[in-house]
Amino acid sequence: MALAIVLIAMVVGSVIFHFWSPWWFTPLASNWGAMDATIMFTFWVTGAVFVAVNLFLAYCVIKFKHSPDRRSAYEPENSKLETWLTAITTVGVFAMLAPGLIVYKQFVQVPDDAVIFEAVGHQWQWSYRLPGKDGALGKADNRNVTFDNPLGVDPDDPWGQDDLIVVGAPAHILVDQPIRFNLRSKDVLHDFYVPQFRAKMDVVPGLVSYFWMTPTVTGTYEVLCAELCGVGHYNMRSKVVVDTAEDYALWLRSQRTFAETQGGQAPGGDPVERGEQLAQQQGCMACHSLDGSRGVGPTWQGMYGRTEVLADGSSVTADDAYLRESITNPNAKIVQGYPPVMAAYPFSDDDLDAIIAYFMSLSE
Amino acid sequence: MAYADQDTGHHEGSNKFIWKYVFSQDHKVIAVQYGCTAIAVGLLALVLSWLMRMQIGFPGSLEFIDPTAYYQYVTMHGMIMVIYLLTAFFLGGFGNYLIPLMCGARDMVFPFLNMLSYWFYLVSVIILMSSYFVPGGPTGAGWTLYPPQAILQGTPGADWGIIMMLASLAVFIIAFTMGGLNYITTILQARCKGMTLMRMPLTIWSIFTATVLGLLAFPALFVSAVMLLFDRLLGTSFFMPYIVHMGQAMETSGGSPVLFQHLFWFFGHPEVYIVALPAFGLVSDILSTHARKNVFGYRMMVWAILAIGGISFIVWAHHMYVSGMNLYLGFFFATTTLIIAIPTAVKVYNWTLTLWHGNIHLNTPMLFAIGFISTFLIGGLTGLFLGNVAVDIPLSDTYFVVAHFHMVMAIAPVMVVFAAIYHWYPKMSGRMYNETMGKIHFWVTFIGTYLIYFPMHYLGFEGMPRRYYAYEGYEFISESAQGLNEYITVVAIFVGVLQFLFIYNMAVSLKYGKKAPANPWHATTLEWQTPDTPPCHGNWRDNLPVVYRWAYDYSVPGAEKDYIPQNVPGGHTEEDIEHGGDPQGAPA
Repeated sequence: MALAIVLIAMVVGSVIFHFWSPWWFTPLASNWGAMDATIMFTFWVTGAVFVAVNLFLAYCVIKFKHSPDRRSAYEPENSKLETWLTAITTVGVFAMLAPGLIVYKQFVQVPDDAVIFEAVGHQWQWSYRLPGKDGALGKADNRNVTFDNPLGVDPDDPWGQDDLIVVGAPAHILVDQPIRFNLRSKDVLHDFYVPQFRAKMDVVPGLVSYFWMTPTVTGTYEVLCAELCGVGHYNMRSKVVVDTAEDYALWLRSQRTFAETQGGQAPGGDPVERGEQLAQQQGCMACHSLDGSRGVGPTWQGMYGRTEVLADGSSVTADDAYLRESITNPNAKIVQGYPPVMAAYPFSDDDLDAIIAYFMSLSE
Repeated sequence: MAYADQDTGHHEGSNKFIWKYVFSQDHKVIAVQYGCTAIAVGLLALVLSWLMRMQIGFPGSLEFIDPTAYYQYVTMHGMIMVIYLLTAFFLGGFGNYLIPLMCGARDMVFPFLNMLSYWFYLVSVIILMSSYFVPGGPTGAGWTLYPPQAILQGTPGADWGIIMMLASLAVFIIAFTMGGLNYITTILQARCKGMTLMRMPLTIWSIFTATVLGLLAFPALFVSAVMLLFDRLLGTSFFMPYIVHMGQAMETSGGSPVLFQHLFWFFGHPEVYIVALPAFGLVSDILSTHARKNVFGYRMMVWAILAIGGISFIVWAHHMYVSGMNLYLGFFFATTTLIIAIPTAVKVYNWTLTLWHGNIHLNTPMLFAIGFISTFLIGGLTGLFLGNVAVDIPLSDTYFVVAHFHMVMAIAPVMVVFAAIYHWYPKMSGRMYNETMGKIHFWVTFIGTYLIYFPMHYLGFEGMPRRYYAYEGYEFISESAQGLNEYITVVAIFVGVLQFLFIYNMAVSLKYGKKAPANPWHATTLEWQTPDTPPCHGNWRDNLPVVYRWAYDYSVPGAEKDYIPQNVPGGHTEEDIEHGGDPQGAPA
């Protein structure tokens, strides 16, 4: 009896929870409403089965509870009933499969008017590249990656010279414009994931994966990584801004082409500001927090001048010399309790000065 | 036959504890060794899940949980639970114990190989555990061990942990192969007189099928483990394309990370059924016994097991819909995946119809068995979401997936593990356990797991990604989600702690439990008809049993008692058969 009550309570509770739950899909911001519709169709079909079978169990438990005066029925099989149940199930399953496959057919067929947008993942940040005036992306390969050419654009390919390179900044896309996202990875698996867009896809080194979608609502959305990619996985953040035509045109004008990034960055300006910019471009904040919280690497808040205990037990003061070494040769001295997972960043001396000025500003 | 003529195993000197309980070749002792080892590692994995939940529910409350530690917990928890607990427990534990007894054999056909299987398993567990003591600790690559990250810095345990993990898996597979060949040979060759295939209990059918799946699927994991070891140790590039890692160009090229995923899931999906099928079989027999009614639609159940086993080999890429593989493969794998739901649904119907017009004893094993139907139901239904490729794309890699696979292949099979332990404990130990404690254990486990996992699906709907160390600062996740996570953590720890009541009950009853009768549940299958309880080495004294009927003669009309054991002669008249008697239609 208790079991029947619990089963019934579970069914009732689940239904109440569903209608009460504040946790539900983020507002849709792409053309993939059909995916949501398929989910909801599946939800109601399976929900009905969930309720029916649990209530049937509860009924059996009450109705056929043990009694010494009674014997069970002896019915090894009932082909008619079994055939019917199998047939109904088959119909139900295909009723869910069919709309799913119809939606999926749209997903695999990229529309002809889709524009290409490239997202490149590496531990632990997102970078972007989009075609310049010629409308086509130049060739790119991990073999071309250098410190100044982080996306590996082929420097000899004329099609690539006008490609716009977006590193350490939000991506912008145009509302109502179908977009084919081409995805590349420099190191390990990642997954380009914007919850509001619904569509997502793994980013795989060695190949170019893709998916397409049309953004339908302007606004700023978070980009996450949805495929485990190491200790910084949870913090591989970026933003994508869905713009109106005017805003998009404005943004495009302020972007630098690949050819322009190859000239080197002119020093000058406020060193603190430039340091911050460099750190953002390199995605440092995926691992180093600015608010004192613990990340993959030590926080930068109050770091300058702090005394750190190293992995070998000795201590060191985080002064200019130590910080320079830790950027250009990070594994030389590892702070105790942190994994040795930082890449070496061969910044120029000017850039290093700017970054350290930025560190100092965080310790004031 | 040689195994029938063997004396009952006392030739090594029955006084010697070490030969009787340590290096034993008795399938029952080996089964208990498998079971206890699996529970021991399972408890570690349980504690790891608490630590994970603490970090998710109360971020930063435990200082020692940094991202490295967190990903190590995630990985070890998953791998231990799937391989070293569930696979080992169902096949090494229940398979070992029940196959010879239910088939009416004296032991496995290769007892020495059987013993060796356990010791290799133990070695694999020791290798796995020792990864906690190597520099860098165990791997934190996730239980799927996807390259390239699994073998690169930036993932915890990339120095030693991953090597230990792959080596441990290779040894485990060797252990499984030795055991598996033995189970299959025993079922095919050592059944007693009269035990035709279509008279076998569903437990045996399901373990048989799961073992065949294992023998075909584990080699794929074995080769991928060896190839990944080569990539890590010898610098080969089976799974490694040209990559730039941490600003450095790696000297790798030409390999494919997607190839690893195909190999992994070619093993990994049948693996789900390697765990689920034995659970299906065991629960069928437990439901039938305690409902005092034959399993409904026995022949359909056998065909469903075989169909699920067969189809399980052509659905693997539904784990890879968003992996970057050719998108057109999605059509095929979505179709096969939803088709496999049909025989699975048939099994659920037949379990519930077994209860229909039954005479149901709601004792501890039966409670867990019915609890299984309910938990498996929700896990199976959410599988219809994730199997359907267009639905999977938004939900993949979210907490919906976490809730789904815990329901379908963690909670549901574990409900059966408990049901089966409570069901067969009297035969294994010769003692009864404390029924009240058993029931408390059921209520907390059943209600608790629902309270944990049902709301978790909704976090997945909201898009909360899995395998995240922290969720701070993500604006799309509602603030109240943190409250839900706190609640889940509290319930999870409570349910987890209560599992120790089960262990206490089992341990204390071993000594202080009431003496168990030979057949406390009035069951029909052969293991309950042994002359001794617990059965002696060799199981049957002088004569092997002879089987005259199928395994489910409960409440046969006109019979004196409400059950007729398989080894009782006589039985069916022509009339009985016409009215749906012995389904293979061959009265003995």
